Amino acid sequence: MPASPYLLAAALVPQTHAEFVHALRERLQDGARALTYFGEKLADGTVELTALLQDATGLSVLRGHAPADAQVPALTVQFPQLHIFEREIHEQTGLAMPGHPWLKPVRSPVAPMGSYPFFQMEGKEVHEVAVGPIHAGVIEPGHFRFMCLGEQVHHLEIQLGFQHRGIEELVVQRPLAHAVTLVETIAGDTSVGHTWAFCRALEALAGVEVPVEVEIVRGIALELERVAMHLTGLSGIATDIGFLQGGTTWGRLRTTLINLSMQLCGSRFGRGWLRPGGVRFGVHSEDAQRLPTVLGQFQRDMNTITALFQTSLSVAGRLHEVGTVTADQAKELGLVGMAARASGLDLDMRIALPGAAFERLPVALSKQLTGDCWARAGLRIDEIARSIAWIQRALAVPGIDQVPLQPLGALPPDALAIGICEGWRGETIHALQTDGQGKLRHFKAQDPSLRNWFGLAHALRGNEISDFPICNKSFDLSYCGNDL
Amino acid sequence: MLRSLRVRISQGRQYIGDLRAASPANFRGLPVIASTPCATDCRACADACPTHAFTALDPLQIDLGRCIQCGDCEPACPEKKLTFSNACHTAAVRREDLLISAQRPTPPPIAVSQALKQQFGRSLRLRSVSAGGCNGCESELNAVGNVNFDLGRYGIEFVASPRHADGLVISGPITRNMAEPLQLCFDAMPRPRFVLAFGACAISGGLFADAPQVERQFLDQNVPILFIPGCPPHPLTLVNGLMDLLGIALP
Repeated sequence: MPASPYLLAAALVPQTHAEFVHALRERLQDGARALTYFGEKLADGTVELTALLQDATGLSVLRGHAPADAQVPALTVQFPQLHIFEREIHEQTGLAMPGHPWLKPVRSPVAPMGSYPFFQMEGKEVHEVAVGPIHAGVIEPGHFRFMCLGEQVHHLEIQLGFQHRGIEELVVQRPLAHAVTLVETIAGDTSVGHTWAFCRALEALAGVEVPVEVEIVRGIALELERVAMHLTGLSGIATDIGFLQGGTTWGRLRTTLINLSMQLCGSRFGRGWLRPGGVRFGVHSEDAQRLPTVLGQFQRDMNTITALFQTSLSVAGRLHEVGTVTADQAKELGLVGMAARASGLDLDMRIALPGAAFERLPVALSKQLTGDCWARAGLRIDEIARSIAWIQRALAVPGIDQVPLQPLGALPPDALAIGICEGWRGETIHALQTDGQGKLRHFKAQDPSLRNWFGLAHALRGNEISDFPICNKSFDLSYCGNDL
Repeated sequence: MLRSLRVRISQGRQYIGDLRAASPANFRGLPVIASTPCATDCRACADACPTHAFTALDPLQIDLGRCIQCGDCEPACPEKKLTFSNACHTAAVRREDLLISAQRPTPPPIAVSQALKQQFGRSLRLRSVSAGGCNGCESELNAVGNVNFDLGRYGIEFVASPRHADGLVISGPITRNMAEPLQLCFDAMPRPRFVLAFGACAISGGLFADAPQVERQFLDQNVPILFIPGCPPHPLTLVNGLMDLLGIALP
């Protein structure tokens, strides 16, 4: 199978749910990684199960079918990487999943938010700290419940769902041409990452192949977004540890970068730039000539502040060995993206499934080994430099100024298409399923945050509760990307 | 020490001196409707619009409170009547002021509220609540306090506790799961207090206006005193709206 970041599967013949679970278990035992696993409740009440797996041979899809009253054994105990998927399937389809250790709601509260039964610990000196949903800063809502012994966190339970807007259903209900604007708001800080995954899925479905120049422009959009959001994160970490020069300098460097996105597409968040069939804006030759100077100055300023940050003893003291996730833990929990790479995993879809843009201009893997807040900050600094270098090369690609938008034809019936994009947080995955008439029947969006939130909970164990803000900022996860 | 100085020198002077005159290059901000006639029975722009922002077709009228500035109407119009300018003076104190047309291309200028100026003109504390916001609006709200816009210079700052807040800035369409926390936050604010709606989602529901997961009764009972349109609004849209309303640094 070619290493493409998309996949089209027409007329999949589903296995029975027993066969499906058996096959899924075998593939995972053989070392495959589950990229996504979701369920769709069909009109007759039965449930269609879909798993997307990746191994040395590439991507493959498993499809199963379960009656409404089926007992589909959960595999989470054996493969913890599936825990969030099985919770979500149970929540979205009502399918019984016996053997799952913790079918906690993912985003739809079973009880009013205020009366949710959190995990409890007992002991004379055990106490709980409740934070949120509304936090101190200008940030999205979510609830954190810390079980502490003194200052030390034994367990953190994260309760999300406050942001649930029902975006998956809306994409199916609305005209297909309007879907992309909804997709741009799945996680507004990852507009490009989500939209590219969506475009890849829809273009695979519609049989449209976009030229490499279009993919290069999309790559520029994606890497600008990655740099801007890494700067936001670094600025936040610096502010949280009282390293104010980092906070302000990275903050203003971010302004430079998002204003470049605005210069190229009219939006500081890359909105309205990518559209199924291509891009709405190419890179004008004046911009392609001007930007390298701006980016060169940016990287010099970046190096100046980074040198100060990485040699400051107070920074090192606050970030080393705080919020550690080991490589084994990251793999077992199914962490993805920068959280996985900071723990030493070789996991970057731009390298595993490059597509035309990253095949033409490959990007090197950034990786750290210690899995702590220092590693997650260092990884972001490293990725900024690599993204800037990539954009510099991309701007020199001829033909990126004139990139026509191709029309999409009719969609094939009973087909499944999946698009993947390595956004700044990690792999965003979109799945589109058509019905017998070639109309969109089901949409599944997956932000990397869905999988990584549990990594944050894990990172807090045994840490001081006062270190939560920097741990949280170092993971930098999306609330609405999880809540959809 | 030398490294620190080097960073300080690299930083240069970043603040925008005259915020009212600032004009973000190539920002797709305000839809501009040409006064040329439309093709007969044409509704291409309305069909292309994902938020039903075209509230009248003859003559064309756009509700900035719904417009998400996606720009998808621009290539859809066969008469090339629609373009976008980078205007940021688009905030309004009344919801209906956000309706624009070829005859009235921008919302009317905001008059200084003497009452608000007296109470909050030199110190305004805002509490942000994201109620389904996608982190686009939240990012731009954070930006108004950064070294570029630096609204703190006029005593306008975001605070952690609703107890310390004068104004509640809502972003997002108000999800059902956030309706109660939002109300609790507002109830915790001392009087006098008011509400600002930041972004298309907060003003009209935006892309989520008719979504079953949205519950917007809070805004029926607490009508915002300032509507800041956009998706997300440019920080300058909020900055200009607040400075005009509070009579700050008037020319």
